[in-house]
Amino acid sequence: MSERIGMEIALAAAEAVALCKPDVVAAYPITPNTHIPEHLSDIVAEGRLDADFICVESEHSALSACCGASGAGARAFTATSSQGLLYMAEVVPIVPSMRLPIVMAIGNRALSGPINIWNDHSDIMSQRDSGWISMFAADGQETIDMMIQAFKIAEHRDVMLPVNVNLDGFQLTHVVEPMMMPSQKEVDKFLPAYKPYAAVHPDNIVSMGSLAMPEIFNEAMMAKDQVLINSKKIILEIWKEWEEQFGRKYEPIGEYRMEGAEVAMLTLGSMGDTAEVAIDALREKGVKAGLLKMKLWRPFPVEELLKAVSGLKSLVVIDRAVSFGGPCGPVCLEVKSALYDQKERPLITNYIIGLGGRDVVVADFVKIAEQAIGAQKKKPAKAYEIYGVRGS
Amino acid sequence: MNIVENFDLYAPRLVDKEEYFNAGHRACSGCGEALAIRLMCKALGEDTVIVNATGCMEVISVMYPTTAWSLPWIHVAFPNAASVGAGVEAALKVLRRKGKIADRRIKTVCIGGDGGTFDIGFQALSGTMERGHDVLYVCFDNEAYMNTGIQRSGATPFGASTTTNPAGAASQGKDEWKKNIAEIIASHNVPYVATACHSYPLDFMNKVKKAREVEGPSYIHCLSVCPTGWRVQTEDCIKAGRLAVETGVFPLYEIENGKYTMSSLNPEELRPVEDYLKLQGRFRHLTTDSIEKIQDRIILENNKLLDKAENLHSWAELEG
Repeated sequence: MSERIGMEIALAAAEAVALCKPDVVAAYPITPNTHIPEHLSDIVAEGRLDADFICVESEHSALSACCGASGAGARAFTATSSQGLLYMAEVVPIVPSMRLPIVMAIGNRALSGPINIWNDHSDIMSQRDSGWISMFAADGQETIDMMIQAFKIAEHRDVMLPVNVNLDGFQLTHVVEPMMMPSQKEVDKFLPAYKPYAAVHPDNIVSMGSLAMPEIFNEAMMAKDQVLINSKKIILEIWKEWEEQFGRKYEPIGEYRMEGAEVAMLTLGSMGDTAEVAIDALREKGVKAGLLKMKLWRPFPVEELLKAVSGLKSLVVIDRAVSFGGPCGPVCLEVKSALYDQKERPLITNYIIGLGGRDVVVADFVKIAEQAIGAQKKKPAKAYEIYGVRGS
Repeated sequence: MNIVENFDLYAPRLVDKEEYFNAGHRACSGCGEALAIRLMCKALGEDTVIVNATGCMEVISVMYPTTAWSLPWIHVAFPNAASVGAGVEAALKVLRRKGKIADRRIKTVCIGGDGGTFDIGFQALSGTMERGHDVLYVCFDNEAYMNTGIQRSGATPFGASTTTNPAGAASQGKDEWKKNIAEIIASHNVPYVATACHSYPLDFMNKVKKAREVEGPSYIHCLSVCPTGWRVQTEDCIKAGRLAVETGVFPLYEIENGKYTMSSLNPEELRPVEDYLKLQGRFRHLTTDSIEKIQDRIILENNKLLDKAENLHSWAELEG
């Protein structure tokens, strides 16, 4: 039976990972993800998890060691944030190309500079096109659930891809929430033991990580793209299994009060929970507002997005990163691109908020939604606005 | 047959006939590194996993869909052979403990060139050595970034001309001395460190066998002649390696638990370094002054090494 717990989310994430019995954990400290590997090392030290915890000398080596471990047939886990993700960036796209089902938690944090340890999504957005499955948790419960789901999705024979689970730094990593923690028995039932397709071992000789000449590179990249696109089907199946076993529903784009909505906000990560309260306030004012909470970022859920926005007059895409010099924020770019071919599409406005941990409260979401509704009459001059800039 | 008298005839019989690094790879003719790897694999035997840094050996051996390797082999990137190796070693250890793989010792062996060892892979190597993984790291040092076209590395010797520090009217080639990587690795309290060269195949293979048996980190530094980059005739590959030892440019030694041992293959008296330099186009431009400077440095480095071999004690001897 699952147990109701009150715990810091990073620690709960570590407990959830431990329930998945990884063989090797390699991590390097960086705020704000650090409590996850720290607590995993506690769990190993207490003898509750039989794993090798490698205290590597850099994030580059953290992911590299996971590649070696996964390549040798072990279940491997790492976690990082911000500059750490960029430090391992050389290895990031190689992992899906080698079809190594590594799971990584990312405690999302702003990229330097100026150096800043607090939350935004600029770290993961920089690795958007690397070929990983990428999910965003909105709260502690989703963090626990996604950590466990991630291993099953990653290791599915038709997927065999790495998964990163994004949880907002501090807003999630350092917050204590009530959550349901599955039992070991429940996780064992949900997640079968990892059986690698291939592993470097003398009993079954393989060469992993070959050189591809131009004659084969297109094909390799197409295979990498297709397997990621096709993984959505498996993700949906596994989420269905999760719902059946644990009663908690997961969808690529979660909906909140979308019935009859004319205006909707689309968020990633923890800001969705704050936005929910704003939607309640707007509904009380008689505004037909709803919320779309994107949980699956890669593969990008195009079909689900089209379905979710059909009938909307206005869509407000909330970004938590800047695509410097680009046409709009990274999430909005993708949303607009997905909707471009549609005959009927909502007016899209884009607000970039909460950079480097800047607090965003309910009133801000209400204000943004009201501005967006106003934009239906008078189109804004700019394609996006960095919201809440002092002096502007 | 008298084994001692006919050792050169008898010695090859000691070598494993099995090939683990197979013919058909795309190394340049006369490549010392490819030869060294073939010998290394024979010394290691089948219970081995090879972790390869990006570089010549990866490029020439695994052009998809072919592979030259009959040993399990993995490559991820340039700077991380040591950390990928740490992950492989950890996985094999845990999976064996958990009964998920056969209960026998598999040795993880990381290989990299001098760029992947001295420079870009140095941090990962230091980390893996410091953490004490049961990993043998073999550096095949051809003294420059040969795969990308002979650029200067931290292993390039003083005076050598490369494509990024070429000799010219205002340059004598590399102005700095080579990094002493074996000494740096030994300073990690690694129980077994050795230098070797493919031109002394049995010595190299014996060192690989010894390192393989170490339960913990070990490091072998294998000078690997690159005829392409050194501007040496391909048939002079072995000769160049021998001259490196005979002139004292590259002394052969072991450091076992802190105790330095000079190989009996080192000459009683060093040949003049000019014999080594004149064979190679990369040193063609050197002036008499530069050659003298190199000669002096070789004598100093050899004396430093002989002093250590004479005066330093093993850790066991130093225990209180």
